[in-house]
Amino acid sequence: MTDTHGHRPAAGAQPAAGARMPSARAEQPGAEPAPAGSAAAEPEAAARGASGGAEPLLDIVGLGLELPGAARPLLADVSLRVRPGEVVGLVGESGSGKSTTAKAALALFPDGARPTGEVRVAGTDVLALRGEALRAHRARTVAMVHQDPRAALNPVRRVGDFLTERLALAGFAGNRAAVRGRAVELLAEVGLPDPARRLRQRPHELSGGMLQRVVIAGALAVGPRLLLADEATSALDVTTQAEILDLLRTVRREHGTGLLFITHDLQLAAAYCDRVLVMYAGRLVEHRPAEALFTDPRHPYTRGLLECSPTLDEAAAGVRPIPGRPPSLADAFPGCPFTARCPGAEPECERWQPRPVPLPGDGMAACRRLAEYEPDGAESGGADAGTDARGAAAGAEGVERAGADPSPGPVAVSAPARRDAAPGPVSGTTEGGAG
Amino acid sequence: MLGRLLRRLAGLVATLFAASFVIFAAVYAAPGDPAVFLAGGRDKLTPEKLAAVREQYHLDEPLVVQYGRWLWDCLHGDLGRSFKYTDQVADLLTSRLPTTLELVAYATVLFVVFGVGAGIVAAVRRGWADQAVVGGTTLAASVPNFVAAIGLVALFGVRLGWFPVTGQGSGFTGTLHHLTLPAVSLALGALAVISRVTRQSMLDAAASDHVAAARASGVPERTLVRRHVLRNALGPIVTMCGLVTAGMLAGTVVVETAFGLSGVGSLLVNAINTHDFPVAQAVLLLMVTGYVVVTNLVDLVHPLLDPRVRAERSAA
Repeated sequence: MTDTHGHRPAAGAQPAAGARMPSARAEQPGAEPAPAGSAAAEPEAAARGASGGAEPLLDIVGLGLELPGAARPLLADVSLRVRPGEVVGLVGESGSGKSTTAKAALALFPDGARPTGEVRVAGTDVLALRGEALRAHRARTVAMVHQDPRAALNPVRRVGDFLTERLALAGFAGNRAAVRGRAVELLAEVGLPDPARRLRQRPHELSGGMLQRVVIAGALAVGPRLLLADEATSALDVTTQAEILDLLRTVRREHGTGLLFITHDLQLAAAYCDRVLVMYAGRLVEHRPAEALFTDPRHPYTRGLLECSPTLDEAAAGVRPIPGRPPSLADAFPGCPFTARCPGAEPECERWQPRPVPLPGDGMAACRRLAEYEPDGAESGGADAGTDARGAAAGAEGVERAGADPSPGPVAVSAPARRDAAPGPVSGTTEGGAG
Repeated sequence: MLGRLLRRLAGLVATLFAASFVIFAAVYAAPGDPAVFLAGGRDKLTPEKLAAVREQYHLDEPLVVQYGRWLWDCLHGDLGRSFKYTDQVADLLTSRLPTTLELVAYATVLFVVFGVGAGIVAAVRRGWADQAVVGGTTLAASVPNFVAAIGLVALFGVRLGWFPVTGQGSGFTGTLHHLTLPAVSLALGALAVISRVTRQSMLDAAASDHVAAARASGVPERTLVRRHVLRNALGPIVTMCGLVTAGMLAGTVVVETAFGLSGVGSLLVNAINTHDFPVAQAVLLLMVTGYVVVTNLVDLVHPLLDPRVRAERSAA
């Protein structure tokens, strides 16, 4: 999906930032200096975000996607939720189904694919939308920020044309001057210098980072409730990446949008998101609060991903790539799809149909040998996690809901603290990344 | 900008210079001796008379000298006198040219509207519409245009009586009325290539990421096709339309003959048949000039369609 070499330095720099995270998180949100352009925040969008707090913005339940001619489903039993103001990370190798999952929120599927399950955005059943209703949904409720801004913008049209088109989609009424004024405002809000001049420029005259700001401004133009960032920073250099991450975080806070953040960089996801879901071969293999995933990964694939990246603590020799290659659509798996590359695989794994096994406290992992991987022999969840297959799926659902719900229930200690201080860490992360 | 224009202009002049020599030499090398024709036929011919005619028309000089003389006169606006009509060639051309230009312009409008339109339909609708367009235009292109002309005359001219079958009419509507059948038979052959270039270019443009991105943001399909697909596909379409139009300037001969139009094409055919060197050379030179000018115009339009071309050129 993308070139991993391009952002290797970023991955290398991230753990340092991640190590500083807890202290950075302790800061109060109020301590964060208001970024430029924050005054332009739309009050109505913020109000919408606040009022919609009860129901999830994106609620995917048991999503499956069959493609004729493929040996395995593109997606199988994917469930995830994004709440207003929440950042949810979606991590995995190329072809793991991250983008396909995100595009389900727009009801965008590959030609001929048959989706099963349920996709709700702000309560609307997206899979049932057709024609004009579907178009309006794509135009106003959900916005997507793509990996390569240069490919996402029409090269022969001006930046101003792009923003004007998005404003028209959002039903922005007014004469030319009003539309232009709003476009200038949007560009100023995403921190582009000299916005009036940018409107007359064409994509090839701007840098990648500037273009990604333009794309984000276009996303903001429609006042979306859910933002899908599909590798939005992977094609950018490290400092630009940090700036864009900061911008997305600001947008999320000021507009109360939910953010589904897709990346192949687990360190980045752990540092940036509230919760992280790891995907492999079209399935969710682990779903944890970000910090827990980073400090205590439970699925062997997640561990493998973390070990793939060099850290400052270890020498370069500490990097251990996951053996084998990511599965293609031609590979079918009777059991756990990770068996072939898993260091702890047993013969039974090849027949074990993966299902979410709830973890004590919060999250889930889909591994047959989860109990044996228990790091400190915690008894609490070990018994049912390892063997009781009957209630596992239902249990996982329950835990996921409890974990996702910020207000009541048995939530892991770190989760509420993370949520409250969420805006803080980005500045920490970005400084770490930039410096 | 100015430097680029000057360079282009210099290229244009060089092309015309080379073309003029080829044309002159080709007509010179054509079988048959114009002096025999000028002297009034083979039967009453004496060597002395032939030599006198040759000298009068400078036909006894070497090729290069004749070419130099001709070129020099051309540059001074003197295209020579017709051997046959003894009129100034320039006068012959100005009386014939409007008909040909009108015919080509009319045919261009027809094939651009219907060819590009059919290509858009094929690219957007796909399926049976696509197959119908490809099949229909291929059929139209495989019929030679004199056959199409005869068919059109038989159906619309003779049986239905909707259009006149000969002459060029007067006034705007009269011209339009008279030139419809010739223009249709001229445009038919171009439909296939134009519609197919349009279709392919649109499919390529529609496959780009930014179109998928625009679709994902709920841009209505109609706007998507107009602003993102067709707009980006225009480069090849405009180039192809320009080339076809330029080709038509030199390809009206058959249609003009079939419909009895006194245009430049029929002038050329007569000139070649009667060894009327000055007329044939002038007409051919005019056609080459038209072709070169049109293709250069297309090149000049290209940067306006795709700003990236402009950026590359100014960087180079």
